Amino acid sequence: MKPTNFEFARATSLGEAATILRQAAGSARVVAGGQSLGPMLNLRLVQPSILVDITAIPELTRIEEDAGGVVVGACVTTSDIEDGRVRVEELPILATVAGGVAHRAVRNRGTIGGSICHADPAGDWLPTLCALAAECIVTDGRQARRIPIDQFVTGAFEVMLEPGELLQAIRIPRPSRTARCGYYKVCRKAGEFALASGAVLLDCERDRFRAVIGATEGRPVVVDDARTILGGMPQPGAAVRLDQSAANELLQRAGLTAPARLHITALARAAAQAMAT
Amino acid sequence: MARQGVGASVLRKEDDRFLRGRGQYVADFRFPGAREVAFVRSSVAHGRIRNVHVPDAHKGAVFTAHDLSNVKPIRAATALSGFKHSSEPILACDKVRYVGELVAICVAASRAQAEDIADSVTVDYEELEPVVDMLAARRPHAPLVHEEWGDNLFIEFFQDGAIDRVAETAAIKVTREIRTARHCMFPLEGRGVLAHWDARLGFLTLISATQMPHIVQRGVAECLGLNDGSIRVISPDVGGGFGYKGLLCREEVALAWLAMRVGTAVRWLEDCREHLSANANCREHHYRITAYADRDGRLLALDCVATVDAGAYSVYPTSSALEAAQVASLLPGPYDFSLYRCRSAAVATNKCPILPYRGVARSGVCLAIEVIMDAIARQAGIEPYEVRLRNLVRPEQMPFENVAKKQFDGGDYPQSLRRAVAAIGLPAIRERQRKGEPDGRLLGVGFSIFCEQGAMGTAVLAGWGRPVVPGYEQAAVRLTADGDLEIRVGTHSHGQGHETTLAQVAHEILGVDLDRIKVLQGDTLYSPFSTGTWGSRSMVMAGGAVAQASRMLAKRASRIGAWLLQTEPADVRIANGSVVGRGASVTLREVARAWYLQPQNLPPDVDEGGLEVTAGYRPARDMGTFSYATHAALVAIDPGTGLIEILDYVVVEDGGKLVNPMIVDGQVQGGTAQGIGTCLLEAVSFDAQGQPLASTMLDYLIPGATEVPDIRVLHMETPSPHTEFGMKGIGEGGAVGPPAAIVCAVNDALRAVGAEVHDLPLTPERILDAIAAGATARETRRP
Repeated sequence: MKPTNFEFARATSLGEAATILRQAAGSARVVAGGQSLGPMLNLRLVQPSILVDITAIPELTRIEEDAGGVVVGACVTTSDIEDGRVRVEELPILATVAGGVAHRAVRNRGTIGGSICHADPAGDWLPTLCALAAECIVTDGRQARRIPIDQFVTGAFEVMLEPGELLQAIRIPRPSRTARCGYYKVCRKAGEFALASGAVLLDCERDRFRAVIGATEGRPVVVDDARTILGGMPQPGAAVRLDQSAANELLQRAGLTAPARLHITALARAAAQAMAT
Repeated sequence: MARQGVGASVLRKEDDRFLRGRGQYVADFRFPGAREVAFVRSSVAHGRIRNVHVPDAHKGAVFTAHDLSNVKPIRAATALSGFKHSSEPILACDKVRYVGELVAICVAASRAQAEDIADSVTVDYEELEPVVDMLAARRPHAPLVHEEWGDNLFIEFFQDGAIDRVAETAAIKVTREIRTARHCMFPLEGRGVLAHWDARLGFLTLISATQMPHIVQRGVAECLGLNDGSIRVISPDVGGGFGYKGLLCREEVALAWLAMRVGTAVRWLEDCREHLSANANCREHHYRITAYADRDGRLLALDCVATVDAGAYSVYPTSSALEAAQVASLLPGPYDFSLYRCRSAAVATNKCPILPYRGVARSGVCLAIEVIMDAIARQAGIEPYEVRLRNLVRPEQMPFENVAKKQFDGGDYPQSLRRAVAAIGLPAIRERQRKGEPDGRLLGVGFSIFCEQGAMGTAVLAGWGRPVVPGYEQAAVRLTADGDLEIRVGTHSHGQGHETTLAQVAHEILGVDLDRIKVLQGDTLYSPFSTGTWGSRSMVMAGGAVAQASRMLAKRASRIGAWLLQTEPADVRIANGSVVGRGASVTLREVARAWYLQPQNLPPDVDEGGLEVTAGYRPARDMGTFSYATHAALVAIDPGTGLIEILDYVVVEDGGKLVNPMIVDGQVQGGTAQGIGTCLLEAVSFDAQGQPLASTMLDYLIPGATEVPDIRVLHMETPSPHTEFGMKGIGEGGAVGPPAAIVCAVNDALRAVGAEVHDLPLTPERILDAIAAGATARETRRP
């Protein structure tokens, strides 16, 4: 369990990182916290020619809040979020989800951007940020483009990054004050990857009800209009009315081969959290 | 001075270095110029090796079976009639029989480079159909692991009671099918070996993480054709064994050979992937068990067909027969009934060889019999604990010989169960179940009760015809010139705290302060020969030997002390590290000073052996000590996720006279944590091609702090009539009880939904399947 030989570069600017990535033409890997990449290197599942460490790039650890939402730099760690460095009144869900990611040691190094780019279906950030309709800000060192996160992730462990591009930040829109979120995951033991997860955003003021089923075998299943499977726009405090067969059908269509019951439970419980007053 | 002797919960001496990070494990040893080893391991479960191709660039850094042609394979034969022998080559030569089997040794300056070389070696296999499932292995025309056998059966054991008549007339007949999963032992420290040639001493020195240095010495000598005296095995601090390090490893032989071949120190450290993918080597059993009982739940007869998946080879020195033999002889447990029939088979499959894991075979048999006791209880309509009470051996029957001829040395089993029932609070739980949980979870309570036969000696093991049979255990005890005490034993602590507990035994007799007692172990150079630490034997055996040697030393010291006190030996005694006479005393330090430095002060008839004694010991009866325990578990099942939470866990343990109750609590808690892993989490499944499906800790889960509840340990103390101080072996029991107690608790909870589970581990999927099946059954029953 030792990696193959690789070069190592610590970029200090987005431009420099992008240049190295471009020159390596696909055989480079970006490393931030290394919490997934480290083991993958040791298991020789990835054998890059060069690792580009992006944690010294100042922009990537920035957190900027404005009226429309918050922009979280790709190298902001999960512990940062857990500890309230990203403090958006309408989004207490971020700290809650952060506190449930793996173990504190992993959260101390693992970054939100790394988690998104790794795109492990069983990760926590992907379904959560899909429910919040976050956007990925992707740069090639010169120009940035914004991609809705559910499009940015194209499959299990697959994201829409061209050679020479890297994820710069995640923009999370600010929901209304009365909005509620829920996130529920089923794990066999504390800190392990989820067997199933569900994330729900209920923003009655803006008439938004969005649901996500995670820990599938591919990208998260995003239901932009959750009224279709959760029995219409609920009143806060109402009981969850999950249409199990509709949810099941969605999961089958998304290619889930395992029984869907855990996913359905996770979604129902996430919805219950969002609907609780 | 606070009490330090037998029975005192003193802090562990060794923890001073462990807690400061100053332990020395194999990986901590540094040798200049040492080279690192990575192995090429078989990627197929069953196949013939056509060719091993080594790129030219790496010739000289790769060694195959061809190079090791003078090395003998490992053979762990037993003299049991009908046992089929397997011969395990150090490196596979013609055939590979499981994924992970060693094929080639690659050596380089660093482990990463050695792995690069291993990656560059290509092995051309002619793949054969593997036999993966132990039940399928016994079907006609199954592929053969060892062609020359004609079948896949290592050996079969029979207990042939005439149960047929009772079977026809019994009011209650219940049958269950139970399967336990193959899993890994996962000590914190994996295996590791460092080998080098010590030219000064003329030793091949192996520094190896092993529980039994002398057995490794013996085995390596055998394989390499060396004298035992030219091999020194050092086992330094060992980070957990559990049986995983209780054998002669192929890697040890390979590294020993390599060190002599290349002339430099060589090192191999097992990594997590090797552990998971090549060493899922324990616990895989299958039972079809039937019990016959009367209307009141009294067990009349037990009938069982058991199968143990023993893997591809017989392991030295325990052999592949051990587990199946244990199954047949241990299944009846502490229950008093008279008709027993059992057939247990050790079956060869294309998986790694089975090893005796903490509580060998016991966690499986305990699960089987406790599930069947619960089944009787359901049928009889009485509380499961009540059925057990009606069938347990009673204290007035002691000493008791059970239906499998196990000789129980004492204890009050019903009392242990009653205390567990009281401690878990059964009536309150039943009330809570009637009301239902506010969160909708299903509540269940379960009990298991079992005995733990520890320190099995010659009388038991000679009959099994193993290559190594334990006999007298020796200890060497020496008063040094400054009056300190030095103890040397051949057993080896891999977490048990022997540096403390053996010192406590010596303190009990000699009164030397614990700080001035040093226990030396883990080195064949200075320790007496021993079969090592396994089978809950060290405290009874090595502790007994230390007591014996300490008493002899006390006698010699008394004679010198009496002379110094100008009195008769009969008039002195040893107390608090001194020889005490009438009104005067002399310290052992002064006694030592006389022997070593001022011999003119010695009595003329002084024992010439001086202040150094090696004594051998075995209990008056070495059929094994019988510790026992009741485990009680309270669980809550989430019917939406199938997840199980252990809300409360009680262990009522009788381990005889406890040398250090705090350490025993640790043993019980650690074992219970492992048992929880066996029950809820741990499994390596194999696909149809024999590929292990867990190769990282992403796929293989072990219990952590959040999965292990506070385990409440209550003690009873029934001394053994046969051992020093009445000590009993206590190392394994913790791991035995949890699968049975938790499965019984889960089934108690699932009763509400008409479901039952019997296969380990209890994954969420299995629980949800059972609940769904229960629902379907209710549907079909509805008119």
